[in-house]
Amino acid sequence: MDTDQLIRSLAADNANRAPRVGAVLTMALLVAAPFSILFFATFLGVRADVMSAMHNPFFDMKFAVTLSLAIPAIIISLHLSRPEALLRGWAWLLLLPVGLLAVAIGSEAMMAPAMPMTMRLMGRNSRVCLVAIPAMSLPLLAGALFGLRHGAPSSPALAGALAGLVSAGLAATLYASHCTDDSPLFVATWYTLATALVTAIGALVGSKVLRY
Amino acid sequence: MAASVARPRLDHEFVIYSTPRNKLKERPNCLVRARVRGREDEWTGLMRSAMAGDDAAYHRLLKAITPVLRAAARRGLARAGQPPDQAEDIVQEILLAVHLKRHTWDSEAPFAPWLFAIGRNKLIDTLRRRGKRVFVNIDDFAEALPGEVPQETASAGEVAAQLGTLPQRQRDVLQSIAVEAASIKDTAAKLSMSEGAVRVALHRGLAALTAKLRDH
Repeated sequence: MDTDQLIRSLAADNANRAPRVGAVLTMALLVAAPFSILFFATFLGVRADVMSAMHNPFFDMKFAVTLSLAIPAIIISLHLSRPEALLRGWAWLLLLPVGLLAVAIGSEAMMAPAMPMTMRLMGRNSRVCLVAIPAMSLPLLAGALFGLRHGAPSSPALAGALAGLVSAGLAATLYASHCTDDSPLFVATWYTLATALVTAIGALVGSKVLRY
Repeated sequence: MAASVARPRLDHEFVIYSTPRNKLKERPNCLVRARVRGREDEWTGLMRSAMAGDDAAYHRLLKAITPVLRAAARRGLARAGQPPDQAEDIVQEILLAVHLKRHTWDSEAPFAPWLFAIGRNKLIDTLRRRGKRVFVNIDDFAEALPGEVPQETASAGEVAAQLGTLPQRQRDVLQSIAVEAASIKDTAAKLSMSEGAVRVALHRGLAALTAKLRDH
């Protein structure tokens, strides 16, 4: 087929309109979410003392941190789904959860400690955290990658890593309502490790499936 | 005797020979830049019309960008020390990607940077598949002018080869619309399909072609 013939067939297909990447990503995450929620409801569940925990600012802070990861990650991954887009100028958004955590750790350090630091850091649920967040991330990661396949990222691995951050941020939001460890030190250690694992998986898979 | 010994050509001869042009005091770089900008504004307008449903504008746009893409692909291949005969394969891959990813273009943004980003991506992909160390100059696409390359429409081997692996239906529809230049309506009548089915087969065929070119 010569190029003029190819152009003719492309022009004939102009009526075919694809939806925007944001719409596809939203749909894919909504389809994936029930699987993660099912895992949460089956194996974890909301912690028993949730009503009193809500008066603890460090409990609320966990959601602020996880959502300040998930939402900017969604925004950046949509930005990067355009072929000419650069991470430059957008990466600072990913510092939001880091900054929040730093503030939380600082304010906890200024209070009279209820527990020694090592106990706050190690917590009771570190192993559950390291398993549950990646496990609940996987359906969401698959959804995010499916949605971003609709885009045209110039760096598939980077876009895949962002998909990992999206799914880990959302999964960690679910997990935060189960976990009784509220210390920002615990969050900064174990949530971060779990997120890093999911992000690495996202980058690896993304580098294969997000090429266009 | 001495006259038959060819004077060795040096790389910097190009620099020496290009200076007379600069002595014209026409500030050629500014002229080139203005020409490029005018061309790119026109593309953006055509693409907006195309996205609004103007198939003829879309056809014009694809025809207009092709020689520029061809010149840039050749330049990029030459830079990587590759023969220019793969340029047409790259051009066709770029055109397919432009088509299938045009929903990622923001109609408020200029079209050319979006197009050239796809072009670079496909050029890099091709060079990587051939195991070449990749160095693509960003300006290969942005500065390419169609006048650098003769206006032939070379046929490319890879799309044609992958066409043969498509399901019969999609192949027939593509053959009819691309090669025989039939309309969707005529194709539907000829193949005893509905127009909707022809549209679906056409789109699926183009998408499958792109996936095969990417993964082979």
